[in-house]
Amino acid sequence: MLEVAIWRGGAEGRLEHYSVPRAPSQTVLDVVTWIQRHLDPTLAYRFACRVGMCGSCAMTVNGVARWTCRTHVDRVAPGSRLELRPLANLPVIRDLVCDMREFFDKWIAAKGAFAPTATRLDAPARVLPASRERRDADAAVECIGCGVCYASCDIVAWRPAYLGPAALNRAWTLVNDVRDGARAGRLAAVAGDAGCHACHSQTSCTERCPKHLSPTASIAGLKRMASRSLLGGDR
Amino acid sequence: MRRDAGEAVTRQSALARIASQHDRHAGWWAFIVHRVSGVALAIFLPVHFWALGEALRGEARLDAFLRWADAPGVRASEWAIVVLLGLHLTGGLRVLALEWLPWRGWQKTLAGAVAGASLLIALAFLADLL
Repeated sequence: MLEVAIWRGGAEGRLEHYSVPRAPSQTVLDVVTWIQRHLDPTLAYRFACRVGMCGSCAMTVNGVARWTCRTHVDRVAPGSRLELRPLANLPVIRDLVCDMREFFDKWIAAKGAFAPTATRLDAPARVLPASRERRDADAAVECIGCGVCYASCDIVAWRPAYLGPAALNRAWTLVNDVRDGARAGRLAAVAGDAGCHACHSQTSCTERCPKHLSPTASIAGLKRMASRSLLGGDR
Repeated sequence: MRRDAGEAVTRQSALARIASQHDRHAGWWAFIVHRVSGVALAIFLPVHFWALGEALRGEARLDAFLRWADAPGVRASEWAIVVLLGLHLTGGLRVLALEWLPWRGWQKTLAGAVAGASLLIALAFLADLL
């Protein structure tokens, strides 16, 4: 049996304990689902795809933010004990569900929306796969928006206005997108006090990203780009 | 930004946050060593320079100062300053390299190099003392 402690409640709450039978290849999300179906139907949690694509099932598992659908119990609970809490750095709605609004509001603040320069009447843009811009964007573009990096970042905890690794990583893919027309404004949006320069390169985001992206590298890229822009160069 | 129900969670103190996160990694330790050594130097160096300044006020004072500086406790704190300088210098080089070089995935190696170089500097100074 697996001994599972789960956060119940909102900002104020308590840990409740459950015993769950072990199964081969059991994921943390399997455990949560089993508890909801067999022990307590009022348990609140989020998931959708169950295969590591949608980014909705992230939680704090034994003190570390992880995507639960692709996290095997064997790998994270050596003593057959699991402690599950909602993601850190975000307001808790109930149980394992947190309010993601400020996480995505920061994507908007970092100007994370593509600004097209062509219309559907124009020919498709040609972006060479080997070009530096394309390679830089490629390295960062697979983000699923799960919030693991945001929950793992001490700077977000210490400085709540900080845009955070995910929003800055998104901005980095767009400043490298040669089809985008809002580069200067985006660079200004991410170069402020709450932007890329607030990062202390602790690399927790890179360490924990389930997609093995490196927001630290993206943020370092933004720092270089912002500094060069200040010195008058284009990059 | 909207902040209502979760205020208590986001207001977690810096120390509580440090204590609550498990599985700390090399990059995080490199950060904390850099930060702590920086704060310690900021406190230590003014006292250090004041002591040196006092010594320059005359021969008698210099001799008295040199005798005082030979005491084991003073030597140990000099050693601590050099270790802190080594840690802070190499930590700063790590940050510069992270932010200005086109790197991929060698942060841990850098953190290791920082620790190694600091240790070497510290040991070299210790060897010089003995």
